[in-house]
Amino acid sequence: MQLEYFQMVDRVVALDGEAITVEARVPEASPVFEGHFPGHPIVPGVLLVETMAQAGGWLLLALNGMTRMPFLSGVKEAKFRGFVGPGAALTVQSRRIHDGSGYAVSEARIESGGKRIADAEITYRILPFPADALRDAMMANAHRIGLPGARDA
Amino acid sequence: MTSPVFDRIADIIAENSEVPRDRMTPDAHVINDLGIDSLDFLDIVFAIDKAFGIKVPVEQWTQEVNAGTAPAEHYFLMGNLAQRIEELVAAKQAKA
Repeated sequence: MQLEYFQMVDRVVALDGEAITVEARVPEASPVFEGHFPGHPIVPGVLLVETMAQAGGWLLLALNGMTRMPFLSGVKEAKFRGFVGPGAALTVQSRRIHDGSGYAVSEARIESGGKRIADAEITYRILPFPADALRDAMMANAHRIGLPGARDA
Repeated sequence: MTSPVFDRIADIIAENSEVPRDRMTPDAHVINDLGIDSLDFLDIVFAIDKAFGIKVPVEQWTQEVNAGTAPAEHYFLMGNLAQRIEELVAAKQAKA
């Protein structure tokens, strides 16, 4: 994870049909922890939502062959069940529960040390890539995390 | 007299927006009259997809309206929307 760059996913562990599992390790140090919170560094809940959203986003990109970009459009039932501190190893799972016309809905959860940390239902609007630079960056990131289907693209 | 499909759709819109149920008449335009924005409409379509087991082709509808090949009223007047949903349900049942 590089929190300041919103690079939340380190590696794809499994991509199985409608579901993806990814790993993310929280950095030991980050400017984010200087403010959140002094003396008690924890990953902000909004960044845990972002982490779940990105895991599902990679799933949707894999399912559409990296042809269209999922954009976060809704978060429901987000719950944060435990603190996540520096150095924590996270396992993030996301499953597509609905494939709509121009949108998709997923259920996601984060676990760490065998405990459930967070979960949410996330809605994405799926649009054509608005810029070539974005598509190129997403493709490079897909290679970085080992997204199946993007490895040889 | 409205159809069961119309009533179900009106219920869904009422549940997913702040529009009172009694404003949902067959000649009400979902966007222009009821003021449903695109985000609420996404939730509404998700609920309709789930309720009827269909995939409302919103992208296709939007493209047709933008291209001028179909009037917006064809899809977004409440009465017409219910009719389009009935057609999608019938098409799905015909395939089954």
